[in-house]
Amino acid sequence: MSTFPTDLRYTNDHEWLRAQGANWRVGITQFAVDQLGDITLVDLPNVGDLITKGQRFGTIESVKSVSDLYAPVSGRVVAINTSLKDGPEQVNSDPYGNGWMIEIEAADKSEIAELMASDAYTKHVAAQ
Amino acid sequence: MSPGMKRTPLWEAHKQLGAKLIDFGGWDMPVSYPAGTIKEHKAVREAVGLFDVSHMGEAYLRGPEAKATVGKLATNAVESAPPGKAIYTLLCTPSGGIVDDCIFYKRSDDEFFVIVNASNQAKDLEWFRDHASTGCDVVDVSDQTALIAVQGPKAVAMVDALSGGSVAGMPSFTFRDAEVAGVPVIAGRTGYTGEDGFELACANHDAMKLWAALVEAALPLGGLPVGLGARDSLRLESKLPLYGNDLDDEHTPLEAGLGWAVKLDKRDFIGRDALLAQKADGLPRQLVGFTIAAEHRMIARHGYSVVEGGQPVGIVTSGGPGIMVGGAIGMAYVPPRLAEPGTQISIDCRGKLAPATVVAGKFYKRGK
Repeated sequence: MSTFPTDLRYTNDHEWLRAQGANWRVGITQFAVDQLGDITLVDLPNVGDLITKGQRFGTIESVKSVSDLYAPVSGRVVAINTSLKDGPEQVNSDPYGNGWMIEIEAADKSEIAELMASDAYTKHVAAQ
Repeated sequence: MSPGMKRTPLWEAHKQLGAKLIDFGGWDMPVSYPAGTIKEHKAVREAVGLFDVSHMGEAYLRGPEAKATVGKLATNAVESAPPGKAIYTLLCTPSGGIVDDCIFYKRSDDEFFVIVNASNQAKDLEWFRDHASTGCDVVDVSDQTALIAVQGPKAVAMVDALSGGSVAGMPSFTFRDAEVAGVPVIAGRTGYTGEDGFELACANHDAMKLWAALVEAALPLGGLPVGLGARDSLRLESKLPLYGNDLDDEHTPLEAGLGWAVKLDKRDFIGRDALLAQKADGLPRQLVGFTIAAEHRMIARHGYSVVEGGQPVGIVTSGGPGIMVGGAIGMAYVPPRLAEPGTQISIDCRGKLAPATVVAGKFYKRGK
């Protein structure tokens, strides 16, 4: 069982969030990466796009499958990781670092508070 | 692991190698090893890859009527081939649909060895038994037989060195009884990757010994054990069809572009009349290869529709990233008017239209 960084917040859909100044950086967890296998394309929204909690904001294509990315919270996209366009493998090699995907300015801080801490996420993964 | 899943004799080895195992038609099989699908794919293209394909089915058809039985079942000229040949063929229903694709090894007029798809093993064995003449025994050896594929530009020299120099001279699509690393095998100069190499069938109890020797020989050459993920991406890149994706009993070999493996002029076989009629009437659809340029950043996958004027006119049967060739590649059934190489088609990729181009031949050619 992999361990999940304690400084992050987590969603049921295997995304993580990290405070980045006033905004929230979003990526996918090691568990998600292990499930997907080698990632070949990451399709992200544009800076400025509004996203809604639970709605699709992007897609990830691995060699064998396509998966949706769901917005962990509602808000505005303030940054995207443009290096994933030519380097999607960074999601595999460094999911909590260079493999980050977008930064969100959260519309409602209470949605952040509802996210899981690493111990709760560890239990969530164990139940999969 | 789900209870009741079947294991190949190499299951322990896969666990030790850190493989990710998945349920593949009831078998607990490695989809990838820690290197990952892309590195495994490239290892096969550039060095050598080892595949456990022991889940596939194997059987013997034996007896004075074996030749006649095989002639009735196979679309290709399996029965009249010289002993020692390995021949790809389709098995068809009376209406021309494909029961399975498989490889027959002709040992003699009285004995044929056949390797069939894992997913079709039970169906095929029943098909063989239902159509075997009284003088032909069908012996299922799937549960006693392991199968290891060794594929890639370094595969032949590597296996040859482990066999005392007894296999390098074998022509493509032949087989022979040999010893590899001291293990008796049936070595076929065959594969499912587009690369040169062998498929080695051995007794279950010898499989771990053979696998260990192959791994030990392959790793210093830059080789890797390869899971089902790369097996699929490799076969797609070489435009080799997969039963259940590209082939099924609702499509004929002629529609699938496998007319080269159907000998309509040779003699009677199950499905021949229907295939002759289809040839005369024209094909309703054809399996084509397509590419999507990298700049479109879209991948068409199994089940996506080929669309024209907003209407579905065809269906993608296999698709994925072109690991060696870039962009995305795939196969689709389309109407003949869209089947000419160079034709531009549109594929509905989850609501977005991907522009694709029909292409002839393999996506990746060996030695390119």
